[in-house]
Amino acid sequence: MVDTPLPPDAPIAVKDPSRLRLALQSDFIYQFKRSPVAVVSFAITLLLVLSAIFAPLIAPYDPFDPGSLNLMNGFSAPMTPNAFTGDSFWLGTDDQGRDVFSTILYGMRISLFVGAAAVAFAMVLGITLGLLAGYVGGWTETIIMRIADVQLTFPSILVAMLIFGVAKGVTPVEYRDQMAIWVLIIAIGLSDWVQFARVVRGATLVEKNKEYVAAAKLIGRTGPAIMMRHILPNVLSPVLVIATISLALAIIAEATLSFLGVGAPPTQPSLGTLIRIGQGFLFSGEWWILLFPALTLLTLALSVNLLGDWLRDALNPRLR
Amino acid sequence: MTPTLSIRNLTVDIPTRHGTLRPVQDVSYDIAQGEILGVVGESGAGKSMAGNAVIGLLNPPAHIASGEIHLNGTRIDHLQGDDMRRLRGQQIGMVFQDPLTSLNPLLKIGDQLTETMLAHLDISQSEARKRAIAALEEVGIPGAAQRVDSYPHEFSGGMRQRVVIALALCAEPSLIIADEPTTALDVSVQAQIIALLKRLCRDRGTAVMLITHDMGVIAEAADRVAVMYAGQLTELGAVRDVLTAPLHPYTDGLMGSTPLASRGKARLHQIPGAMPRLDALPDGCAFHPRCPRAQADCVRNPGPTLSDGQGRAACFHPLVREDVA
Amino acid sequence: MLAYIIQRVGQSALVLLIVGLVAFSMFRFVGDPIDNMLGQERTQEDIDRLRGQLGLDQPFVMQYVKFLGGAVQGNFGVSYRQGRPVSEILLERAPATLELAAVSGFLAISIGIGLGVFTAIRRNGITANVIMSASLIGVSLPTFLIGILLIYLFSVELGWLPSFGRGETVQVGGWSTGFLTETGLKALILPSITLGLYQMTLIMRLVRSEMLEVLRQDYIRFARARGLRERAVNFRHALKNTLVPVITVTGLQLGSIIAFAIITETVFQWPGVGLLFINAIQFVDIPVMAAYLMLISVMFVGINLIVDLLYFAIDPRLRVDRTGGH
Repeated sequence: MVDTPLPPDAPIAVKDPSRLRLALQSDFIYQFKRSPVAVVSFAITLLLVLSAIFAPLIAPYDPFDPGSLNLMNGFSAPMTPNAFTGDSFWLGTDDQGRDVFSTILYGMRISLFVGAAAVAFAMVLGITLGLLAGYVGGWTETIIMRIADVQLTFPSILVAMLIFGVAKGVTPVEYRDQMAIWVLIIAIGLSDWVQFARVVRGATLVEKNKEYVAAAKLIGRTGPAIMMRHILPNVLSPVLVIATISLALAIIAEATLSFLGVGAPPTQPSLGTLIRIGQGFLFSGEWWILLFPALTLLTLALSVNLLGDWLRDALNPRLR
Repeated sequence: MTPTLSIRNLTVDIPTRHGTLRPVQDVSYDIAQGEILGVVGESGAGKSMAGNAVIGLLNPPAHIASGEIHLNGTRIDHLQGDDMRRLRGQQIGMVFQDPLTSLNPLLKIGDQLTETMLAHLDISQSEARKRAIAALEEVGIPGAAQRVDSYPHEFSGGMRQRVVIALALCAEPSLIIADEPTTALDVSVQAQIIALLKRLCRDRGTAVMLITHDMGVIAEAADRVAVMYAGQLTELGAVRDVLTAPLHPYTDGLMGSTPLASRGKARLHQIPGAMPRLDALPDGCAFHPRCPRAQADCVRNPGPTLSDGQGRAACFHPLVREDVA
Repeated sequence: MLAYIIQRVGQSALVLLIVGLVAFSMFRFVGDPIDNMLGQERTQEDIDRLRGQLGLDQPFVMQYVKFLGGAVQGNFGVSYRQGRPVSEILLERAPATLELAAVSGFLAISIGIGLGVFTAIRRNGITANVIMSASLIGVSLPTFLIGILLIYLFSVELGWLPSFGRGETVQVGGWSTGFLTETGLKALILPSITLGLYQMTLIMRLVRSEMLEVLRQDYIRFARARGLRERAVNFRHALKNTLVPVITVTGLQLGSIIAFAIITETVFQWPGVGLLFINAIQFVDIPVMAAYLMLISVMFVGINLIVDLLYFAIDPRLRVDRTGGH
């Protein structure tokens, strides 16, 4: 440690500028413009996210309003007037006469919401535990990282299923459908925090021995303040990359769980639920009920994935 | 008598997006049977690249752009695929710089020896094993009969380089290319390895291209020396002549910056500046920006080219020595 | 080396204990077992008697130890939903899943390594680039969509292969196998491709990148410089070194195959433990969930252990005493 006390006006040891901010200032935008994959996937992601957010304005029908449904419209093929009512639907209708285009918009809303909320939850949890493990060390670190190791042994989708099952078990029966979305968020979030924690812990271990942290301690900053103000900014860019890739994985995880019937309930269908419903009509020839939600899910997952890949290369943190 | 290796006007090109780099330019030299030719120069001077060109292991997109390479009178620079492969190991052996990384860690050294012999010689597995043990004995590995079944990590650095030499020589090639064979070794081991290489090649009449940046190694081992700078041959001659009375100002500077026992306590000098990058070669003689003897014609005209047997230094204004004919 | 193995076995046991604790806690605290086992008409006396029988009046640690003891003997209690011992149901279902996982694992490893080596050696070729691009889509494609796509193509449109179930099975001892009948083998094709595809692309990409790394090494240059045949350089020298890091990931992937079988079994209505597990979640059948968790953990931990031991077989550097050498 430093023996001589710093004079009051001594400059604090120069802090590394946050990598994220540096990247944004320098050639981040330039690189983005140069990469057609990044631009296209970003545009598609943005388009899908916006249409999910503004689904109530864009969707021609409200698929959850029983008043607007006409069972006679069931099984309308895309772009073809219905045999009974003469109504025409862009992407056709399902068995209950719901407009497929509208259900996709609303389904995407749920898929994206669950995905984003789960990643946000995983991120907050992972960052907190990672900072704690890295900064405090000792037993805290051992316990946190051991749990992380054990959890990492299992595929996250399995962990999410188990958590979902247990949470469902502790939820009273009458609330199960209502709570399903939240349970889903917690289950996916809990299955995904480890990556964040590992990266943040690694970065914290590096940062906490740097001079500026010592200097911050010297002028009497407390542990939490140091972690928030000094260490956190330095781990933001790897966290951003993991978050983007996690979002794609979370969307797929949600769709998988819902497809398996252990996710979003039929009353609040996500893209996965819609695909589950559509699979039932695969053999009877109503292909549109399955195809369009599946294509939407694919486009969404692929574009977020490509964006994440590009982000990783552009920010180039040491990630695998 | 035909020299073992004869390089004529060899040029190697690397096409890149920003134009073509020329790491080896118009280089010519011979190595006679049993002769050790030292090739010296700073890193990036093109000495290794020339060696790789000879053994046909240039990393694409690097390629031989012009010139000829003859081995025992046969032209080999245009050989492709399996023809070139058969030449490697059997006609030309190679020793790399770092013995720690040039042996496959997962294979016993005996297996690496026998596979090399079986690839080139028409002998049985058991005969190959016998020869492998003999080869290890010859390079001075104690207890060779037991050590043949050891893995590379069970040897020290110096011992591993002996194994590498045994591997390079096991199919009895007529030329050895040794690329910085002692650079990664402890100083105490370097002399042993050089002595070993020298002895084995004398005994078999193997020609050696000894690539190094270490003048001490050249002085100790080589018969003749070729000095390279920025891809070109700058001086070529008998070791004793070049070392004691260099003609090219670059060799002179190189000698001045090398501590040699023979020159006593003379001050070490250094050549000002650094070797130019290949994508930024100066006009005229490549050495002129650093040359104390540079004159107007050095700036205007590309440096003269050295061909084997004709002249010693590629320089318009070489140092003048009374004792040189 | 022995110390290392003992340490690894110890770690594995610890993992199993932790998972056991999780499984036990599910058992104990999620839903009241008494509620689940006794009907509406119950007396306090019944409840107390059952509590005593189940050992619920004992301290937590004792209950945990008893649970572990039961688990080791394969006793996981009775399924709430089917009213039969869980171990019996699991045993009945296990062959379906294991056969599916074995075929998928074999496909994933053999084709994955083969294509990985191919794309590494021919890294500038057109075919290799097409394979690499296709694999990118393969990684982004959710498993269940692949399954549906295959069903649509080969069952609905072409009508070549069945879209669900195992086909006819033959009982060999206590094991029901689909390997011995034509319908059984046909029924295996689509599910095993679905299940293996994702792992295959992962293994392929990993093998490719590791192999490209290895091909850059000095000892590969030296092997070429010694005039070894291209085939010997690629397979004898490069592939063996590539496999060292690949083995770990591949081992983990094999474990994942058993877990991911849940999805494939649902798509193809394959009567294995995965389908059982999904149904258990839907109906909150805790004993089945706990048992499945323990079963999967044992497999995972076992695979990890085998992978560690395989390292010793393939990498001689690990076999020596660390103090020796140079």
